[in-house]
Amino acid sequence: MPPRAPADDNPRTTTLEAFADTIVPGEKRYPDDVAVAGAAEGGGAVQAGAIELLEWNATGVTEGLDDYARMLSDHARDYAAEHGLTLDESLPPFVALSFEHRTALVRRLTAPDHPEKPFWVLLTLFSNMAYDSAAHMSTAEAIAAGHPGLLAMGVARPDEDGLWRFPAHSYGRPLARLHPDTTPSGSPA
Amino acid sequence: MTSTERTDVLVVGSGFGGAIAAYHLAAGGARVVVLERGPWLGTQDFEHDFKLGSSYTRAFDFVVGDGMSVLGGNCVGGGSVVYFAAMPRAPRFIFERHGTIGRRMWPASVTRDTLDPWYDRVAESIPVTTQDWNDVTYAGGLWAAACDHSGRTANPVPVAIDNTKCVNCNWMMAGCRFDAKRSLLTNYLPAALAHGAQIRPLHEVQQIARNDDGSYRVHYDLIDEEDYRIRYDGGAIDAKIVVLAAGAGATPVILQRSEATLGAMPHAVGRYFSGNGERLNTAVLNEDRVREVLGLSRGDGLAYAANQIGKGPTVANWDRLDGSLPEFTRYSLEQLYFPPGLGTILAQVADAAPGESTWFGVKKKEMLRRWQSWLIIFQMIEDANEGVFGPPPAKGNADRVSQQMLGIGRLKYDPVESTLRAWAMADAEVKEILERDGLATVTAWTNDVIGAYTVHPLASCRIGDDPATSALDDRNELRGHPGIFVTDGSAVPGALTVNPAMTIAALAERAIPGIVRAAQERGVDVTYGAPAPDGGISARRGVADLLPSLTRR
Ligand SMILES: Cc1cc2nc3c(=O)[nH]c(=O)nc-3n(C[C@H](O)[C@H](O)[C@H](O)COP(=O)(O)OP(=O)(O)OC[C@H]3O[C@@H](n4cnc5c(N)ncnc54)[C@H](O)[C@@H]3O)c2cc1C
Repeated sequence: MPPRAPADDNPRTTTLEAFADTIVPGEKRYPDDVAVAGAAEGGGAVQAGAIELLEWNATGVTEGLDDYARMLSDHARDYAAEHGLTLDESLPPFVALSFEHRTALVRRLTAPDHPEKPFWVLLTLFSNMAYDSAAHMSTAEAIAAGHPGLLAMGVARPDEDGLWRFPAHSYGRPLARLHPDTTPSGSPA
Repeated sequence: MTSTERTDVLVVGSGFGGAIAAYHLAAGGARVVVLERGPWLGTQDFEHDFKLGSSYTRAFDFVVGDGMSVLGGNCVGGGSVVYFAAMPRAPRFIFERHGTIGRRMWPASVTRDTLDPWYDRVAESIPVTTQDWNDVTYAGGLWAAACDHSGRTANPVPVAIDNTKCVNCNWMMAGCRFDAKRSLLTNYLPAALAHGAQIRPLHEVQQIARNDDGSYRVHYDLIDEEDYRIRYDGGAIDAKIVVLAAGAGATPVILQRSEATLGAMPHAVGRYFSGNGERLNTAVLNEDRVREVLGLSRGDGLAYAANQIGKGPTVANWDRLDGSLPEFTRYSLEQLYFPPGLGTILAQVADAAPGESTWFGVKKKEMLRRWQSWLIIFQMIEDANEGVFGPPPAKGNADRVSQQMLGIGRLKYDPVESTLRAWAMADAEVKEILERDGLATVTAWTNDVIGAYTVHPLASCRIGDDPATSALDDRNELRGHPGIFVTDGSAVPGALTVNPAMTIAALAERAIPGIVRAAQERGVDVTYGAPAPDGGISARRGVADLLPSLTRR
C-alpha cells in the first residue's frame, strides 16, 4: 500500500487515535503516522474504526469527545512534567508521548482509585469494541471488507444469508463420568 | 375529564417473573396488563450483528454500578430472550443456607422437596430437557474432558433449547433467529396473549401510588423505540393487584422511588443484592496439547479452535456442590461462551511485564489473535448478599449513556472476605484443571475495570420469614403493602451456585396461588389451575397438595 497522508490531522482526532492505539495497538498507517505508535503488527483499534465508532452518537460519548481530548492533553502535560519529559510541541501532548508512557498514563487513568476512572473506562470499552466487534459496522460486511480485528481473531464467515451456522459442533461422545448424585431431571441433587 | 385506565392485575416486566404471572392470572380470568420498558422483537428481528442498534443492543441492558455491573434483558420476554437457557435446579443445600443473617435465609416453607413440584411445572411449561453428549458442543466437550482428566465429573446441563432446531451459531445473546431457544416468547407469553392479557412494550414504569380504595396507580413513561435515552409523556393505570417483575436490578429501584407515594418500604428493599457469585475465567488452549493429552479431534485436522461454535454453556462441573462442605466454599464451574466486546475486554493476559496492562495493549492483542482457542469458565460461588442500592436515579434504574444497552446505575457492591476467598478457590481450581499437563493458560477476568459483574442479579427484594432481613413474606407479598407482589429474581434470597432462571421461574409459579387468592379477595373473578401453556397437565397434578398452604392468609 502506498504511504498515504494523514486523513485528519485535527489534534482532537490524533489524540483520540493515540488513545485507541494504546488499547489495541497497530502498525503505522504511513511512515510519519504520529497517532499510531506502531507498537504491534497488523491493524489495531484505529485501523479497525475506533474514530468512526466514537464519532457515532449511538455510543453516547460523541458529545464528550472534546472533553476527552482536552483532558487527555492536560493529563499528558502533567505526566510529562512529573517525569521530566520534554514534549514535541508540534504535536498534541498525548500524541507526543511514547507508547510506553501512553500506556502508563492510561493505566493510571483507569486504575481503581482514579476519580475519573469511569469516564476513561468508557473510552477504553469503545476503543476495544471497534477492534473486536466492529460495533460501527454490520458484522458480516466488516468481515467481507477485511476488518483487521475480526480477521485477526479468526472470526468465521457467515453463510450467504449473513447468518452463522455450525453443522459440525460436537465431539459426539461421552467425555466424562456424570456426577453420581445427578437427578433424572439432569440437575444436581 | 378523562378517567384513569383500570385493570385487575398490572404486571411490571415481561421476563420470567412477569410472564408466568401474566399467563396464570389471564388464564384464570383476570384482566391483565403487562408493561415492559423494552421493545417487542420477534424471530425475524433477531440479527447476527454486533453493530450498535442491532437486536444485540436493542434487547440488552448493561448497567454499570459501583463495584458491580448488571447485564440483563430489555425487551418483551426479558432475560429469556438473551439468556443461554441453561436450566438446572438449585441443589438441596442451597435452601438451608444462612448467609450472613445467622438463620435460614429461605422461608421455612421452601425446601428443594417443596420446590420440586414447581420446578416440574416450569420444566413442563417451557419445556426444559436434558442433553446428551451429542448435544454437547466442542467447548463443553473440552471442559468435560479436562474435568475427567483431572479426576472430576462433568455433566451436560439441562436446557430450554430445542436441539433439533439449534444451529450452534452462538448468537443467543442477540435473540434466537432459529426458534430453537425456548424463550418466554414461545410459551408463557403467547399463552397469556391467547387468554386476553395485553403486553405493552416501550412502557417504563417509574412509580406506584396507593389509591384511597386500596388499589394502586402505576405511572409509566413511553420510551423511544430506537434511542432509549428519549422518553415521552406516558400515563397511569389503576390496578387491584400489582406484580413487580422488573428484574433484581430494577424492581427495588421502582419501590424506592415509590416510597413517597406508598409509604415506608421494608428495610430489605434494595439490600441483600447477590450477583449469584459470578466470576469468569478465560483459558487459552494449546491446541497440540488438547490433541495429545485429551485425545480430542474435530476430525478436520483441528483439535478445538471452536470458541465461536455452540450455544452458550453445555457442560458443568458440580463436584463442589456438596452439602457437607461449609457454606461459602461450594460452587459450580460451568463452560460458557461470551461474545466479543463484553466477553473480551475484561480477559487478562497471563504474562504482562511490569509497566504493561493485563487487560489492554500489545499482549492483549496477541491473546485476541488466539480467540478461537479460548474457553470461558463461569464460576458461581456463594456470595454474601453484599449489594446495596443507593437513592434511585431520576428515571428507570440507570442514567442511560448510549442510545441502547449502556447506563450508570446506583448499585454498590463491595465483596467481603468470604466472597473473595471463594472466588480465589474457584480460580485456583479452574487453573488446576486446565493448566494440568500444559493444556492451557488460565486467567480470571479483572474486577479492577468495572468491578464485579453479573448476568444473574438476585435477592434485592427477597422472600423470607424474618421481616428485618426480607422484603417479602413467604408468598412473595411485599410486607406492609398488601396487593403488591414481587415474582422476579429479586425474590430469590441468595446465590444459588447454579444458573438461576429455573429457580426464579419455580418461585414465580409457586407464588401464583397466593396472588390469585389476593385478587379474589379484592373482588377479581379469577381462579387458579391453568395447565401448562401448551395444555399439558401432568405437572399441575403434582402441585395440588401444596395449594392450601399457599393460599392461607
Ligand atoms: C447473557 C445472559 C445469559 C444468561 N444465561 C442464563 C442461563 O443460561 N441460565 C439461567 O438460568 N439464567 C441465565 N441468565 C439470567 C436470566 O436471564 C435471568 O436470571 C432471568 O431472566 C431473570 O428473570 P427476572 O424475571 O428476574 O427478570 P428479567 O428476565 O430480567 O425481566 C425483567 C424485565 O423487566 C423489564 N423492566 C425493567 N425495568 C422496567 C420498568 N421500570 N418498567 C417496565 N419494565 C421494566 C426489563 O426490560 C425486563 O424485560 C442469563 C442472563 C444474561 C444477561
